[in-house]
Amino acid sequence: MKQKSIVLISFGYFEKELLEQVARDVEKEFLLPTLTREGHIDLSDFYDAARRQYNGNLLLKLIDTQFGAGTHKTLALFNIDLFIPILTYIFGQAYLNGQTGIASAFRLRNEHYGLKPNESLLKERFRKEVIHELGHAFGLIHCHNTQCVMRSSTYVEDIDQKSHRLCENCRNQITNSTK
Amino acid sequence: MARKVSILIVDDEDSVRDSLYNWFIEDGYRVECAEDAKKALSILETEEFDIVLADIKMPGMDGLEMLKRIKAIRKDSIVIIMTAFATVNTAVQALKDGAYDYVTKPFDPDDLSHLIRNASKQILLSEENEKLKEKVVSLENMEDLIGQSEAMQQVLREIESVSQSNASVIITGESGTGKELVARAIHANSPRRFFPMVCVHCGALSESLLESELFGHEKGAFTGAVYNRKGRFEMADSGTIFLDEIATISSKMQVELLRVLETRSFVRVGGHKEISSDFRVICATNRNLRQMVDSGEFREDLYYRLNVVNITVPPLRERTDDIPLLVNHFIKKFCVAMNKPLVTIDNAALKVLEEYSFPGNIRELENMIERAIVVGNGKKISVKDLPVTEGVAGNTFESLTDLEKNHITQILNKYSWNISAAAKALQVDRVTLYNKIKKYDLKPAK
Ligand SMILES: Nc1ncnc2c1ncn2[C@@H]1O[C@H](COP(=O)(O)OP(=O)(O)O)[C@@H](O)[C@H]1O
Ligand SMILES: [Mg+2]
Ligand SMILES: [Zn+2]
Ligand SMILES: [Zn+2]
Repeated sequence: MKQKSIVLISFGYFEKELLEQVARDVEKEFLLPTLTREGHIDLSDFYDAARRQYNGNLLLKLIDTQFGAGTHKTLALFNIDLFIPILTYIFGQAYLNGQTGIASAFRLRNEHYGLKPNESLLKERFRKEVIHELGHAFGLIHCHNTQCVMRSSTYVEDIDQKSHRLCENCRNQITNSTK
Repeated sequence: MARKVSILIVDDEDSVRDSLYNWFIEDGYRVECAEDAKKALSILETEEFDIVLADIKMPGMDGLEMLKRIKAIRKDSIVIIMTAFATVNTAVQALKDGAYDYVTKPFDPDDLSHLIRNASKQILLSEENEKLKEKVVSLENMEDLIGQSEAMQQVLREIESVSQSNASVIITGESGTGKELVARAIHANSPRRFFPMVCVHCGALSESLLESELFGHEKGAFTGAVYNRKGRFEMADSGTIFLDEIATISSKMQVELLRVLETRSFVRVGGHKEISSDFRVICATNRNLRQMVDSGEFREDLYYRLNVVNITVPPLRERTDDIPLLVNHFIKKFCVAMNKPLVTIDNAALKVLEEYSFPGNIRELENMIERAIVVGNGKKISVKDLPVTEGVAGNTFESLTDLEKNHITQILNKYSWNISAAAKALQVDRVTLYNKIKKYDLKPAK
């Protein structure tokens, strides 16, 4: 199905300016109009008291039932600590070649690692994470190109090593699949 | 990559199977799931999998029993056991029975990907070793490293020949010649390519920052160290560490670095435990390290450790043949990035570029093309779009970039290139300033 647009829905507080900037970056990368808007859900349903984290699988399922129909890709943005049952944490996840994904800024903050807050670094990481998860939604798997945003990053410093852009290879795959 | 590695996940819990399935699919593996040992064994009868990731505790046949049966069918299959809690005894038993390794749930994403990558590396390498015997290695991931000139072809051949080994490499060349790109090409063509290449820009960090950056630190090592943190050497485990501007490190750091290279282990700042890491070192410098050794600025023993192989990247003015190719490459790169139709360049402009000396090398050419696309008419780059002709006055800056470059130079000169002082005056941090210096390729006036 041909995609018409991308929607970024923020759940929780994000600076308007940051969201707009990220939306423009997303637009540039996927060449589709990108909108931002706010959403509201009761997150307590997803909170795992034992782990003091939020269940990313259940959350993605909910997002997919609410927003998965239609001709746009939706990425839900959070500020909470996400996990999936088998892993201690995730930055985000998406349905490969699906319509939806989730991403959180929580573990992208320097403060989380005991380092000095750094707003510009946070923005940089966040846009990479958003574009990365959308890349999965567009069917891309992890890429070995060290600069490519689709390179797998399990550690924040891994995110810092790559750029926020798709490599030529990944870009071509998307163009071919959205034609 | 040669082919997709396949993984069979065996676990009785839906959520575990789903989570792992998603994770591995995103990572490009071929994945299948089974909810119990019986099902897994029957799948394995008809299909081969490179890796079996199995829960130890399952109703019916448990993971240990299944492991034995799998090993009986195929001795060299790789089975990784998942345990819910670290019951060391059973895990050890699993290893004795031939499990490749075990992991404790829930896993750290970093550990999981490391484990699987190690296993797949082993599989692919043994397959590749077979093929390598006949096949000539051809370079992968080299699309970005442009150059048909004899000088550049020589560099490509050198990259190809060192990439298979573990030897330390020093890449020498003027600033902007593509040293970092060469380092990436070596890594991307080495058996370490499944693991990270970790870059450290030594020139941008003070001694103490560099130390904690490279070795990591323990909680409480200094004010602000609230958590433990991995260092770059640790992150480069199984991969490559790229030390850029190696000539800038202090003599104290030279000693520490030598020790790490000799022992392949180190202690985190404020820590006690020896941590070992399997990394390959690639360094870059725009200085003549040999001369620095002679003048006593750089340790000779460290120099010999690092300089097993030396690759020299020639300045752009010595490979002007490559300029048309590079120009086209950058036009494509920036037009795509700016979402503009591709422009061309007229012959006169190309000639100007071919005759220019490019003190800032490819980086300067790249910046020039980017600027030309921004200021140009959107169709053809012509001489007036290039800042290299006599006609352009030296002190009327039209673009913000030029203004910034000039201003930073003035402030740096004003404070005699004292970076801290200049950064303070400019109200930016040191790293930002270093990055700008690098971006514009600024140098102190002689
Ligand atoms: N052979 C090349 N082909 C294409 N781009 C190049 C080449 N060499 C360098 N570049 C580009 O020039 C810029 C400077 O390269 P870099 O590797 O950072 O240089 P150095 O580390 O020597 O200062 C980078 O943007 C890089 O992508
Ligand atoms: Mg460099
Ligand atoms: Zn991913
Ligand atoms: Zn890619």
